[in-house]
Amino acid sequence: MIEKDLVVIGGGPAGLSACKVALDAGMKVAVFERSFLLGGQLVKQTHKFFGSESQYARTRGIDIAKILIDELDNTDLEVFLNATVVGLYKDNVITVYQDNKYFKVKAKAIIIATGASEKFLAFENNDLPGIYGAGAVQTLMNIHGVLPGKEVVMVGSGNIGLIVSYQLIQAGVKVKALIEAAGKIGGYQVHASKLRRLGVDIITNTTVKRAVGDGKIEKIVTVKLDDSWNEIEGSEQEISCDALCISVGLSPMHMLLSMAEANMTYVGELGGLVPIKSCDYETSLAHVYACGDVTGIEEASSAMVEGKIAGLMAAKHAGFIHPDYEALENELNNQLCVLRQGPCGEKIRCGLKKVGEVYD
Amino acid sequence: MIKYVLEESGEDMRIDEHPILTFAKDKKIRFTFNGKEMFGYLGDTIAAALVDNGIMEFSKSVIHERPRGFYCAIGNCGSCNMTVNGVENVKTCLTLLEENMVVENELSEVIIND
Amino acid sequence: MIEKTGVATIEMIKSKFPKKEVLTRPKAIIECYTEIPCNPCSTSCPFDAIYIGKDINQIPRIDFDKCTGCSSCISACPGLAIMVAMIKDGKAYFKIPYELLPLPVRGEKWTALNRYGRVLDKPCFIENVMVTKKNDKTAIVTVSIEQPYLYEFVTVGKKL
Ligand SMILES: Cc1cc2nc3c(=O)[nH]c(=O)nc-3n(C[C@H](O)[C@H](O)[C@H](O)COP(=O)(O)OP(=O)(O)OC[C@H]3O[C@@H](n4cnc5c(N)ncnc54)[C@H](O)[C@@H]3O)c2cc1C
Ligand code: SF4
Ligand code: SF4
Ligand code: FES
Repeated sequence: MIEKDLVVIGGGPAGLSACKVALDAGMKVAVFERSFLLGGQLVKQTHKFFGSESQYARTRGIDIAKILIDELDNTDLEVFLNATVVGLYKDNVITVYQDNKYFKVKAKAIIIATGASEKFLAFENNDLPGIYGAGAVQTLMNIHGVLPGKEVVMVGSGNIGLIVSYQLIQAGVKVKALIEAAGKIGGYQVHASKLRRLGVDIITNTTVKRAVGDGKIEKIVTVKLDDSWNEIEGSEQEISCDALCISVGLSPMHMLLSMAEANMTYVGELGGLVPIKSCDYETSLAHVYACGDVTGIEEASSAMVEGKIAGLMAAKHAGFIHPDYEALENELNNQLCVLRQGPCGEKIRCGLKKVGEVYD
Repeated sequence: MIKYVLEESGEDMRIDEHPILTFAKDKKIRFTFNGKEMFGYLGDTIAAALVDNGIMEFSKSVIHERPRGFYCAIGNCGSCNMTVNGVENVKTCLTLLEENMVVENELSEVIIND
Repeated sequence: MIEKTGVATIEMIKSKFPKKEVLTRPKAIIECYTEIPCNPCSTSCPFDAIYIGKDINQIPRIDFDKCTGCSSCISACPGLAIMVAMIKDGKAYFKIPYELLPLPVRGEKWTALNRYGRVLDKPCFIENVMVTKKNDKTAIVTVSIEQPYLYEFVTVGKKL
């Protein structure tokens, strides 16, 4: 069995940041990533990021991924790609599936940074080919350079829906409309404005009633909703399209933690089932830490900071004290406070309060 | 209705020029899908190459045999599972394309050209 | 309203412009109307003309006396919410961020768009296109259009 000081599950911004700090603290670290490349969500993000300079704001997501990966160059980090962690056991052992084989790894500490998966939307024929999650559309067009369709309708006006719509336009696709069930746009005004000025209709109080097509999507039927989200009779409209992109939110990838029977709780503001953790980011399972979107859907900026804190704490409790421990701990907690201030942070503050973290 | 180019690597769905990204399309890779010869590029997942070749139906639902497309691209939903080089249930959205791969979608009738 | 449409009202737009007399010199117009955790505009300005402060959620405030119109903030803004405007000889000049293809070319005539994406009655002229490494693939396009479109113009549509 492979033995390590620290095993990190998930090579997104949270996981990579955790690796860096733990390595600096002197740990022997291995990271396991399900995909064929490191970077998590970042590798699909062609836009310049929000946030502040300490989290690489104004740098494109793809380039932030490069920075995080470059920082790990020339370290002893062991990287396992195409390696899905399928089991987590209480004695700090994980099972990994790679190349049609299963193997076990044991560690002094484990950090779960598995990120999130996309929520689905229920409507008639929602399984027709040509209906994609927003993440799949991004993977296709921004990693592989393949278009999902030529005329797309986007569902959901959160930042992801707005940003992916803009990315579709950049790739040369016509975004026929963006529909949103709520009465107002969910994402940032600046993202909505940059889409609107390119002529994309943002239609609020509206949802998809059904998709229509023979073997693949050909059009959708939308319906208006009143303020209590009831369908308004007779308000159906058809929009033709060859792809429908669903972006109705993310939920934490809690499966490993749930399987290992960690203490979990459902928090709507955080996107779903999340682990209860100590202020050191330790879950109810001893030596198992969690950070990033898996502990609540937020941003890459906070995922990176959380990853660093998890790395710092996992190292400390395993007897590896980071050379800059105290300064770093203060600085990182400060950064999180700054990121979570203001009206946009309200939801996350409210959610975190329910798992015992207070940011007021 | 949009017509997808089915022959060769259906350049149709490939992005030629992008304001932010460049795509390395250096090495063409041959594979077969249900016996039909197709092409993708080095670095493509099997799923991406199939979409580029105009393939929308990836599998059929188990009970009602409804056609299923590629959906999540991160290995979560299972609707892209196919038989690859004889190995069943391969997630084509996570598996990189290799020269002469034999790809078949399990639940539909497999057409074999002999 | 903007929460529903993504389009600012004319009053909101005007509140982001300085007085017309001030626009004889180029000035940054920052159309960032709501509090979001973001501050590259402020940190990128070499003249400290944009203030956000410690709480990065604050709405950016510009000091038009300090702004030289240098355009550094345009490509730094991830929201593509900043342009530089100026009035000269009855024409409005804009520097706008542009991240689509094809890129406009100096000397061309393009359709002008308003904030709804609708084509304005008059076209605009491409005065300059700047692509630099520092701008990281966000081109800065300088256009001119008749002055009455000062508060309406926001970006370019198609080549005419
Ligand atoms: C369209 C879009 C735009 C965004 N824009 C911004 C922005 O402007 N600014 C910002 O700060 N944030 C932005 N975000 C959010 C940001 O991308 C995420 O919050 C961030 O990536 C979360 O980081 P993470 O490391 O927790 O998870 P992820 O990035 O999701 O990484 C998790 C990794 O774990 C791997 N994994 C999962 N399960 C397993 C397993 N069992 N075994 C092995 N590996 C596994 C996954 O493959 C993945 O690589 C955006 C997100 C999207 C989708
Ligand atoms: S145009 Fe130049 S001087 Fe004016 S605010 Fe922007 S960066 Fe500062
Ligand atoms: S950089 Fe742009 S989006 Fe961010 S605060 Fe400044 S103006 Fe607003
Ligand atoms: S598309 Fe969902 S698992 Fe491959």
